[in-house]
Amino acid sequence: MASVHHTDSTGADSGLAGPHPPDTPRVEAVPAFVHPTILFLNVLLIATCGLIYELLAGTLASYVLGDSVTQFSLIIGIYLSALGFGAWVSGFINTGLARRFIEVELAVALLGGFSAPILFLAFSRLTYFYAVLYPLVFVIGVLVGLEIPLLMRLLENRLRFKDIVSRVLTFDYLGSLAASILFPILLVPRLGLVRTSLLFGLVNAGVGLWGTWLLGPLIEGKVTGLRIRGVLLVLLLLVAFYKANALTSLAEDGLYADDIIYSKTTSYQRIVITKGRSGFQLFLNGNLQFASADEYRYHEALVHPAFAVRPDARRVLILGGGDGLALREVLGHSSVESVTLVDLDPDMTHLSDRFPPLAALNHASFSDPKVHVVNADAMAWLQGESEPYDVAIVDFPDPNSFALGKLYTTRFYAMLRSHLSPGAAVAVQCTSPLFARSSYWCIVRTIESAGFFVRPYQTAVPSFGVWGFALASTAPFERPSNAPAGLRFLNDATLAAMFDFGADMTPVDVEINRLDNQALVRYYESEWKRWE
Amino acid sequence: MARGINRDRAWTRRELLASFLAAPVVASACGRFGASAPSLPPGDLVGPSVEIGHRLRDGFRPEPAADAWIETGVVVAGGGCAGLAAAWRLLRAGVSEFQLLELESSPGGTARSGHSEVVGYPWGAHYIPAPLKDDRTLIALLDELGVIEGTDAQGNPLVGEQYLCRDPEERVYHQGRWYEGLYLRAGASAEDERQFDSFRQATRRWSAWRDARGRRAFAIPVATSSQDAEVTALDKISMASWMDAQGYSSPRLRWYVEYACRDDYGTHLEETSAWAGLFYFCARLGDGSDEAQPLVTWPEGNGHLVNHLYGAARAQTRLGMAVTDVRASSAGNRAMEVVAFDVNAGAPVGFRCDQVIFAAPRFLASRLIAGYRDNPPAYLADFEYGSWAVANLHLRDRPATRPFNFPLCWDNVLYDSPSLGYVVATHQTELDRGPTVFSYYYPLCDADAAAARTRMLAAGRDEWAEVALSDLEFAHPDIRSLTERIDVMRWGHAMIRPKPGFLWSSSRQLSSQPYGNIHFAHTDLSGVALFEEALYHGVRAAEEVLAARNIRTGSLVA
Repeated sequence: MASVHHTDSTGADSGLAGPHPPDTPRVEAVPAFVHPTILFLNVLLIATCGLIYELLAGTLASYVLGDSVTQFSLIIGIYLSALGFGAWVSGFINTGLARRFIEVELAVALLGGFSAPILFLAFSRLTYFYAVLYPLVFVIGVLVGLEIPLLMRLLENRLRFKDIVSRVLTFDYLGSLAASILFPILLVPRLGLVRTSLLFGLVNAGVGLWGTWLLGPLIEGKVTGLRIRGVLLVLLLLVAFYKANALTSLAEDGLYADDIIYSKTTSYQRIVITKGRSGFQLFLNGNLQFASADEYRYHEALVHPAFAVRPDARRVLILGGGDGLALREVLGHSSVESVTLVDLDPDMTHLSDRFPPLAALNHASFSDPKVHVVNADAMAWLQGESEPYDVAIVDFPDPNSFALGKLYTTRFYAMLRSHLSPGAAVAVQCTSPLFARSSYWCIVRTIESAGFFVRPYQTAVPSFGVWGFALASTAPFERPSNAPAGLRFLNDATLAAMFDFGADMTPVDVEINRLDNQALVRYYESEWKRWE
Repeated sequence: MARGINRDRAWTRRELLASFLAAPVVASACGRFGASAPSLPPGDLVGPSVEIGHRLRDGFRPEPAADAWIETGVVVAGGGCAGLAAAWRLLRAGVSEFQLLELESSPGGTARSGHSEVVGYPWGAHYIPAPLKDDRTLIALLDELGVIEGTDAQGNPLVGEQYLCRDPEERVYHQGRWYEGLYLRAGASAEDERQFDSFRQATRRWSAWRDARGRRAFAIPVATSSQDAEVTALDKISMASWMDAQGYSSPRLRWYVEYACRDDYGTHLEETSAWAGLFYFCARLGDGSDEAQPLVTWPEGNGHLVNHLYGAARAQTRLGMAVTDVRASSAGNRAMEVVAFDVNAGAPVGFRCDQVIFAAPRFLASRLIAGYRDNPPAYLADFEYGSWAVANLHLRDRPATRPFNFPLCWDNVLYDSPSLGYVVATHQTELDRGPTVFSYYYPLCDADAAAARTRMLAAGRDEWAEVALSDLEFAHPDIRSLTERIDVMRWGHAMIRPKPGFLWSSSRQLSSQPYGNIHFAHTDLSGVALFEEALYHGVRAAEEVLAARNIRTGSLVA
C-alpha cells in the first residue's frame, strides 16, 4: 500500500499544476552549480519522511484505538486526499518557490517530527484524541503534498519534463520503499514511535536547512531568517529526541519491552499500557497485570471454578479487577443477575470502559446494566453493609506494599465473610506458588484461618509463569470437575488438574497474615527479590 | 552572642532552632533558608487554660451566692482519664448521683483528641499496650468496647486484629535514611548487637521474675507489682547508673532506652528511676516472652477511650468548671463542699456532697484543698511534672517516598532529634493515600522541670510550628509545602516524672490515702503517666467511695 499514494500525489501534480500563469515574473530554477542528483537525493529523503509520518499515524491509531484495518484505511485515505489537496494548493504558489519549499520543509519537520509525541499526549486525554488525530494527519499530508510539486518546478528549466517526471518519481518510490522496510524492521523496534517521529522530523529540518544553501541564489530576500528558524527547529528536535523519555514518560521506555501507548499517573497508581506484536499489556506501578495474548487463561481460571461451586450464583462481587476481564467471564454465566465491582481507581475502570482495545477485550462489560461499579478501597467498602453475595472474585495486585498487604489479612477475609450468603464461593488470586511459595501458602492459610474451607489451585499463564489461586467457601465443598462449555482454556480435564500441585509447590510452614504483622508483604518481598 | 530566653522579645529563627533542635538540624535549616523564617501554615494555640491556673495560684477563691449551690452525692474534681474512670466505675455500680467538674472545654486531659475533615488525631496519649491478664480494670473497659475477642492459652486477653497497631509500626530516620524498627540496626557493631541482645535478655528475665506472692516485678498497674526489696531497690538509682553498672555503653542502645524514657516519662536516662526505665520494657512482656505486647491504638489515640468514658458520664459532666476550693461543709447535711468557677458564666458555683474524688494532679491539692493550704503534707513537694509540646500538622498529602527508605509507619522517629518524631493518624484507617495528620511530640526533658516549663511557654504557636517543621524538614524536605495547618498544644504539667527514689518512696504511697472524705485519683499517684494507671486510680477511688456509701459491688482493682 505504501507505493500507491505517491503515484496519486505526483500524478495529481503533473495534472493539476497546469501551465504556469503567463505573468510569471521570472524563471526560478536550480542554479547550474547544483547537480540535479543532489536534488533527487532530497526527493528520496522527503519521500521517506512522508511515508514514515503516515505509517506512524496509522500504527499509533491502531495501537491506541484497536481495529487496525479501520484505522489504517482511514489514515491512508485522509493522508492521500491531503497529498492531493497539497498538490492542488501548490498550483497557487507562483513566486518564491524556493523559499516556500524550505518553509514547507520546516513545517513538515515541526508537525511530522512531533506528530507521535502530540498524538500520545492527546491520547492521555482520551476525549480529544480523534479531534487531534485526523486534522494532524490531514495537515501533514497537505504539507507533504506540496513538497514534490514545488521541487519539480524548481527543476523545470534544468531538465526536460520527461526526465523530471521519471527521476523524481523514481526517487519518490525508492524513498517509500526505504520507509516501508525501515519502519517495521529497524525503526519501531529500535527507536519506538516517538523517537522515530522525531528522527524523521530532523531529516526534514535538515533538508530544509540544507536547502538554504543549495537553493540560496533562488531565495528572494535574506536567508538568515530561514536559517535561524531551521537551526532552532533542529535544536528543538534534538532536545526532544534526547529527552524523548520525558515525553512519553520515557524513563519507562527502558522498563517495558514494547511501546507505551498509554500512560497516566492517577491518584492511586501509574497505569501503563504497552503494545507489541503479541497484543497489549497492562501494567500498574510497573507490574504486569495482564497480557492480551494469554489473559484468558488467567481469568477463566480465576472465575469459573467458583461458579462450579455455586452454579446458581445470582449476586456476584468482584474486588479489584478494574480491567473488566474477570467481569467478562462472570457475565458469561446466565444465572448472574447483578455484579458489584469494587475497584479503588476510577481512572482504571473508566479506561477499561472507554479505551477501545480494552473495552473490546472485556466485551464492553462495563456497559452491561447488571454491573454496578464502586470506586472505593475494598477494605473500606467491606466495612459497610451489603446484600449477601453468592460468589466473590478477589483480584488484587500482588501484595508488594503494606497498603496492598492489608487486603490479604485475616481481618479482610473475615470482613468479606460477612458479605457472603451461606455456602458462597470465593476465588482469590494468590501470586505464584512457584516463585513465591511462602507468599502463596501464607494467603491460603490466612483465608483458612478466617474460617473458610479452602482448595488451593494453580495453572500456567505464560506471561506470569505458574500462577496460584485459592477457591474458598463458607461451607465444605467438593473439588470442582465441570467447566462451562465453550471456553478457550478451561475444560473438565484442566479444571480438575489445576487442583494438583507439583512437588516444588507443595505447602510450606508459614505465618498467618494479620494487620499487625503483615507477614505476607515480608514473604513476598524476600521471595520475589530472588527473581529480579 | 548568647542570649537567654526572653518572652518579651521575638525569637530569631536561629535562636529558636538552637534552643529546641539539635545542632545538625539548625545548621541544615539555617543554611538552607538563611536566618529568617519561611512562611508558616495557619493554625491555633489550643488549650489548656493557663490563665485560670495562674489566678488560682495567686489565691483566687470566689464564694458562690447562696442560691448557687447544688446538692449531689459525689463530686469528681477533674475530667481527665482518672476522673472519667471514676465516673465510669460509679455508673457501673449504679451510682449516677454525682457531678464531674472539668476546667477545659473538652474532657480527657492529656488523652484528649481532635478531628480533621479526614481523620481523628491525638493531642497526647495515643496508645496502650494490649493488657496482660493482671490488668483487670483495663480488660473490663476494653471488653465493654468490644476490643477483646477471647483469651489465649495463658489466660491473657486476645485483642481484635483491627484494634492492634498495624504493621509496619515504627521506623527511625538516621543519616538520610529511614530504617525499620526503633532500635537502629543499620551500622551496628558486633558489640552493639551483643549489648542489645544482653539488654533484651535482662528484660526477659525480669518479665519472668515472680516474688513469693507470685507478683511480677513490673506489672501494669504499678500497684500490682512486687514490692520486694530486690525490685524496689532499682528505684534508688537512675536508669543511666543502672546501664553503666551493667556495662551498657553502646550509644545506640542507650539512645534506644533513653527514647523509651523520653517517650513515656519525658525524662533523660539520668533523671529516670531505673525501676521506671525497666518497667517500660518489662511490664509489656508476657511471661518470659521475646515480643512486647502488641499496641492497641486508634486514629485519635487514647481519645477513643476518653470519648467512650465521657459518653457514659455526659449527663453528670460539667465542662469549663475550674475547681477553686474543696473543704468540709459548714452547713446542711452533706459533709463536703466544692466550689468551682464557671468559666463561661464568669461566676462561682457551689456543690455540697458526701464524698469528693480529687482527680486532678496532686500538686493542685495544696492550692485547692482547704486543709492542705495551711498545712501541706511534705510529700507533695516530691511531685514533679514534665512539660510537652504537641503539634498537629494537617497534610494535604504524604511526603514523597524515596527508594531504599522504609515506608511510612505509625510511629516515625528521628534519631538525631530531641523530639519524639511523629505519629500518623491515618495509619489505623484504610486511608493509605492523600491527606493525613502528623502528630509531632516534643517532651522538654531538662533536668529542672520548672525551667523546662518556662522554656516551653516562652515559645508560642508560631515558634512551635517552626520547630516542628524545621525538625521534620530534615527527613521530609517537602513537608512545609504539604502542611496546610499546624495547631499547637503546650502541656505545662503533662506527666509525672519518675525520678529516682520517687516511685517506691513513702511520699507516693502516702499520697493515695484518702484525706477525710476526699479520695485521690490520678496517674501521678503511680509515678508513671499511663492511661492504665489513671484508669486504675479512678476505679480505686470510686470503689473507696462506693464502700463509704455502703454499696456492695465486686472490685475491679482488689
